[in-house]
Amino acid sequence: MIPELGHFALILALVLSGAQAFFGIFGAARNDVRWQAVVRPAVAGQFVLVSTAIGALVYAFVSFDFSVLYVASNSNSALPTFYRVAALWGAHEGSLLLWAWILAAWTLSVAIASRNLPATFASRVMGVLGLISFGFLLFTVATSNPFERILPAPADGRDLNPVLQDPALAIHPPMLYFGYVGFAVAFAFACAAMLEGKLDQTWARWTRPWTTIAWAFLSVGIALGSWWAYYELGWGGYWFWDPVENASFMPWLVGTALIHSLAATEKRGVFKSWTLLLAILAFSLSLLGTFLVRSGVLTSVHSFAADPTRGLFILAFLVIVVGGALALYAWRAPLLKSPAGFEPTAREAFLLYNNILLVGAAALVFVGTLAPLIADATGMAPISVGAPYYDLMFPLPMLPLFVLVSIGIHASWKRGQLGNARRRIFTGLAIALLLGLSMVYLAYGPAKWLTPFGVVIGIWIIVSSLFDPIDRLRRRLSLPRAIIGMTVAHIGLGVCVLAISTVESYTMERDAAIAPGETLAFGRYAYRFESIGEIEGPNYDGLRAEVTVLRDGSPVAVLHPERRNYWVQRSTLTEAGIASRWNTDMFVAVREHLGGGRWSVRVQMRPLIDWVWLAAGLMALGGVLAATDRRYRSRDAVKDPVAAQGSAAEAS
Amino acid sequence: MTPRQKRLSLVVGIVLGVGVAAWLTMQAFQKNVMFFFDPSQIVAGEAPQGKRFRMGGMVEKGSVVKTAGTLDIQFLVTDFKHTVPVKYSGILPDLFREGQGVVAHGRLQNGTFVADEILAKHDEKYMPPEVAKSLKDNPPPPEPAPAPAGT
Repeated sequence: MIPELGHFALILALVLSGAQAFFGIFGAARNDVRWQAVVRPAVAGQFVLVSTAIGALVYAFVSFDFSVLYVASNSNSALPTFYRVAALWGAHEGSLLLWAWILAAWTLSVAIASRNLPATFASRVMGVLGLISFGFLLFTVATSNPFERILPAPADGRDLNPVLQDPALAIHPPMLYFGYVGFAVAFAFACAAMLEGKLDQTWARWTRPWTTIAWAFLSVGIALGSWWAYYELGWGGYWFWDPVENASFMPWLVGTALIHSLAATEKRGVFKSWTLLLAILAFSLSLLGTFLVRSGVLTSVHSFAADPTRGLFILAFLVIVVGGALALYAWRAPLLKSPAGFEPTAREAFLLYNNILLVGAAALVFVGTLAPLIADATGMAPISVGAPYYDLMFPLPMLPLFVLVSIGIHASWKRGQLGNARRRIFTGLAIALLLGLSMVYLAYGPAKWLTPFGVVIGIWIIVSSLFDPIDRLRRRLSLPRAIIGMTVAHIGLGVCVLAISTVESYTMERDAAIAPGETLAFGRYAYRFESIGEIEGPNYDGLRAEVTVLRDGSPVAVLHPERRNYWVQRSTLTEAGIASRWNTDMFVAVREHLGGGRWSVRVQMRPLIDWVWLAAGLMALGGVLAATDRRYRSRDAVKDPVAAQGSAAEAS
Repeated sequence: MTPRQKRLSLVVGIVLGVGVAAWLTMQAFQKNVMFFFDPSQIVAGEAPQGKRFRMGGMVEKGSVVKTAGTLDIQFLVTDFKHTVPVKYSGILPDLFREGQGVVAHGRLQNGTFVADEILAKHDEKYMPPEVAKSLKDNPPPPEPAPAPAGT
């Protein structure tokens, strides 16, 4: 009974989203207050209904209702409760439901927070969001009903895929989706502005916090996925240019460009149509990501379903949304004039360079990710594009970008008085050279030619970000959250560059055959294989080894890598043994018995690898700080942009 | 410069920049793209000698030979028409099994494929798409190839 209730709620939500779209968009077009008045209740009702559907599915999971096909396919009576809830988004149907719910949640937030906005504008924003929601709910109801029954009900479920039974993975999809779907809000704001034919600095001030928050979620989501692949899949790195990783990275790159372009639009009224285009692009790439991952055209850990109708539906949806938005753009964007000019060394110009390079980087990833699909679709020889392509190409736009960040951070709006900032630029560079080169040549020892560049640039970004806040503190000026946020995020970027350069240069890894009692030397470190024995968990059994890590002969860590055989799906999983220190990760994974008492093991030392994920966390934290700046929270700021401009000073 | 000349030089600059970027991308692409060949194509001599490429098929049952106590392994990859011997030294993925689909990266040396990377994904139902396609063209006689379905 409960699953049918969920299904029914979902269908009602679909109807309401149609009403929300229709009355939102046409109510604004006809300037009909009564029509517009329908929109907010529709949004609220839709949120309640989709929540009911999610609740019904959670209930089915928690109460072991294996008569529901989705539950039977993705759960099991031996599965711990936590994972029974997380199993909700363990496969295709539930993920879509989660997507729809997150969209409903974002829309509800917009409905609540938009009471200060002009009524027709808010109505259009919610109308566009309703349209997107309609598409997704229709997709769910028509092709991917999570409440489908299976009769007779199986005695037990087929279990959640063991690789998904992990805490980081339980929260990775929701975070990622909050980011993906959050760009729908920026997209809706862009469409509403085009429908109004009016885009001013106030518009950018409304759009910015939403976009930044979505971007922060996406950053966390990507980092969680990367971290999970590191320790759970035993891939042993932080990024593999896997198509699915790329699918989430492209919207992130364009989203990063968007939040910077929005800064210029808010502060100086420039790049209006470019900002619109980026907002369209960021959400389109989010949709493309969903299409790539969910349609089964990519083969990866994430490709759930290879059902061609589903792929076609998402593709059609993608074409309608992107095509419609671009048509609207072609029609309306010429109305928007960006008045102010600027010098090539003004802050606007640096933000423009940032945008060009970020979009260029996204294009490189796009080409590499889609080329195999295009080759396949056009009947050419099957190809694959792997890490060597990205390793060669990706630094080309990124290195200049990082240098420009360190310089452009000191530039002022409109006028290119970079001369005044010359001292900061060169002081920062000098500090970075001193610290970076001593780190490379004294602490770690010489490596690839790119290493010193990466390390120095990373430190340069960090140092450059600190000048302005320190200066403000010294002169006892106010330090608004927008500036703290920007500083934290840029420090995050610097840490990321520094950490990646270090990991890429100083990782030591080896595969070996080793027997208990033997030791594997590894620079100053040594891994001693102590023992291996049997273990049993709630829904698996397996082997657990003990490995002691020695540094200069004295033990520094004990690692416990495991091999798990999950009973229900009869799959074998490697759980790596990892010990994290502030400066390095010690990693060991045991694979199989080779005969003669020897085991195959993979041993790694990855210096500073945890800082890559920490850096993503810093960027996200910076985004949240900046998005909660006083000028976005205060009602007066919305009504009186001039006053707000004064209080927020030069923040960007 | 007049505004007109300024605009013109900007446009020329952008076109040049985009052109150079596109050319570099193409170059990197041609050098780093890996082509896929199935055992029949390799036996027919279509695969390049000494250049790195992808190959795949089914691991033939009973063909896996391990040297005890080392990471060395040899096996045959088949598309049910032809087989190619594969040599590898390293850690195998969890789901590497006889009778399962496999994709390997490496080079051809004297008729043996020397792999530097073996891929098999995390799901028993998983079948690399190229392998699935290649097997569809050459259906295995005894048991049907599992449907391509991912995790």
